[in-house]
Amino acid sequence: MEQYEPDRPSPASPAAPRRGLRGGRASLSRRSLLRASTGGALALGGLGTLSACGIPAAKNTAGVSSEDHSADEKRVSFSNWTEYMDVDDSGKRRPTLDAFAGRTGIKVKYTEDINDNVEFFGKLKPQLAAGQDTGRDLICVTDWLAARLIRFGWVQKLDPSNLPHAYANLSQQFRTPDWDPGRAYSYPWTGIPTVIAYNKKALDGVEVKSLSDLLDNPKLKGRVAFLSEMRDSVGLTLLDLGKDPGKFTDDDFDAAIARMQKAVDRGQIRRFTGNDYTSDLAKGDLAACVAWAGDVVQLKADSPDIDFVIPDSGYMISSDNLLVPNKARHKTNAERLIDYYYEPGPAAQLAAYINYVCPVDGVKAELAKIDEGAASNPLIIPDAEMAAKSHAFRSLSAKEEAAYEEKFAKLTGA
Amino acid sequence: MATVTDAPPLAPAPAPKERPPRRRGRLTPYWLLLPGLLWLVVFFALPMVYQASTSVQTGSLEEGYRVTWHFATYWDAVADYWPQFLRSIAYAGTATVLCLLLGYPLAYLIAFRAGRWRNLILVLVIAPFFTSFLIRTLAWKTILADSGPVVSALDTLHVLDVTSWLGITAGDRVLATPLAVVCGLTYNFLPFMILPLYTSLERIDGRLHEAAGDLYARPSTTFRKVTFPLSMPGVVSGTLLTFIPASGDYVNADLLGSTDTRMVGNVIQTQFLRILDYPTAAALSFVLMAGILAVVTLYIRKSGTEDLV
Repeated sequence: MEQYEPDRPSPASPAAPRRGLRGGRASLSRRSLLRASTGGALALGGLGTLSACGIPAAKNTAGVSSEDHSADEKRVSFSNWTEYMDVDDSGKRRPTLDAFAGRTGIKVKYTEDINDNVEFFGKLKPQLAAGQDTGRDLICVTDWLAARLIRFGWVQKLDPSNLPHAYANLSQQFRTPDWDPGRAYSYPWTGIPTVIAYNKKALDGVEVKSLSDLLDNPKLKGRVAFLSEMRDSVGLTLLDLGKDPGKFTDDDFDAAIARMQKAVDRGQIRRFTGNDYTSDLAKGDLAACVAWAGDVVQLKADSPDIDFVIPDSGYMISSDNLLVPNKARHKTNAERLIDYYYEPGPAAQLAAYINYVCPVDGVKAELAKIDEGAASNPLIIPDAEMAAKSHAFRSLSAKEEAAYEEKFAKLTGA
Repeated sequence: MATVTDAPPLAPAPAPKERPPRRRGRLTPYWLLLPGLLWLVVFFALPMVYQASTSVQTGSLEEGYRVTWHFATYWDAVADYWPQFLRSIAYAGTATVLCLLLGYPLAYLIAFRAGRWRNLILVLVIAPFFTSFLIRTLAWKTILADSGPVVSALDTLHVLDVTSWLGITAGDRVLATPLAVVCGLTYNFLPFMILPLYTSLERIDGRLHEAAGDLYARPSTTFRKVTFPLSMPGVVSGTLLTFIPASGDYVNADLLGSTDTRMVGNVIQTQFLRILDYPTAAALSFVLMAGILAVVTLYIRKSGTEDLV
């Protein structure tokens, strides 16, 4: 015990240097700490550690199922996009899901955690690549991502005996995608036509009938937008060039890119947009644009100025598909849920709410009971003529996909 | 306090029985540093190492990625995307200068002239943070709409003719042009400039101004010789807080820009998420980090400030 004396250094301060690691010289100062941590980081980042990193090949988990707990655990976990499920007026209950639970006793844990395919893939990749359970029994992703998941062997084959309605009622135009012939792994939740939308007021008398009008008409300079989804924008351009998006070559792809590049260079195309084109079109900043039909139905309902046109050369259709990821614990329950939405009743209820193309046959009569307008809307229940004009983008190998996305990225400014 | 009182007496060699407490004392600073160091290792060092490793790998998602020390990725990335790099630096630099020009007078006002309104104005400066970054950026699309009042006014005043001639707008619109992106960046990062400026201005003793006046300095001289030099720490930290995030930003370029305004952040996002070219994305990130570090180091050297608030 020592008395505190202000004039003499307290014992602590001379003792301080000795407290350091190697006495005074290497004592703990900010500089030495910085030096030490830099050295440490360098050592950590040394050759050994760097080489040890790396991402294992994706293909090593082909079709791993796990023990199916469907019988003893009456639940299923379903990940879907936002605004993709019917909701009652209070906004709290989901009638079709509740009815499913009432009938089968299977409780659905419904999560709206998909906003974007690429981000969702980033979220699932680590678990699926490691062959682990993602905690999800059913997911809903767009064609190209579904194709990729199937290619990697990251999803499970469905059992047709659990899917009688789905098998019987699936619309012809969705039956044989080239990435999942006969729908062994996936069933579509909705079809998504990509069409041309326009704002009558902003067009001011200019006629828009084809993609060429968007690309060439000088009166629309700077008031035209394309989608940042490569398959939608390039697909429509391929159709406009008279090529089939279902079987095009590298040269065709390059020609389509060159066609759009010219319009970009001239300042014709204002932007490549994601979902945010809807407000631009409603305001009239965009006179015409490539648009998703579901949005067009909504925009039309909000404003009489908005309408759409199906080019004579045809339009693109993609779909969002239900898949069961590897190691899902409730595969049978998930299949029962898929099948439920292929019964005309629930399918009509869903279609009346979400405004996308219903992939289920025989829904029109049921839908007319709920919403006359929706039943006669070709963007929800396509008629034969409309269905005949639809084209799907062919599936791409990993190499093609990377090369095409790169070229498209360069077009959009990288 | 325990360390002080338990410490050994000064001159004579410590008795053996007193060793245990001394050893504990020697390690204490390291134990105290441990949480911080762990944090640095987990959230800084490890990601950096992982990123560095990714940047020298080759492969594809299907075949897997292996470290092949393929340094050419760096060269290719810079050769392909140098325009986006330059654009990022140029946009972020312009936005930082604009933030300084707008933010300094406001910070000065809050610090010296606001009186009882000071807290209210400070809250107003921070208020935009209560809504999401994305929503605030989207709001600018409404404000700058082609047929909106702002653009019409600029058009009537022939401002847009000048900016079009300069190449920062196109035709009679502002949206989807470089000007819109720079405006968006300026708006979004303005509070990061104002707050550090305010804290360093507020610390200046008002009597220094009086003293300058007593020595016959004109107000402009007072500002030049007293106020501004004393606020330099705020200027430096404000510009860094604005410039660094702005040069990595991709939201403004995405929502308010067009094909010719894409910044390096957009390129990294596309490479990583769409093209799945992880090595190029990682290499671009490292080049961006190195670029920012170089610019910032140069700037701090030039501004001669070591005291960063």
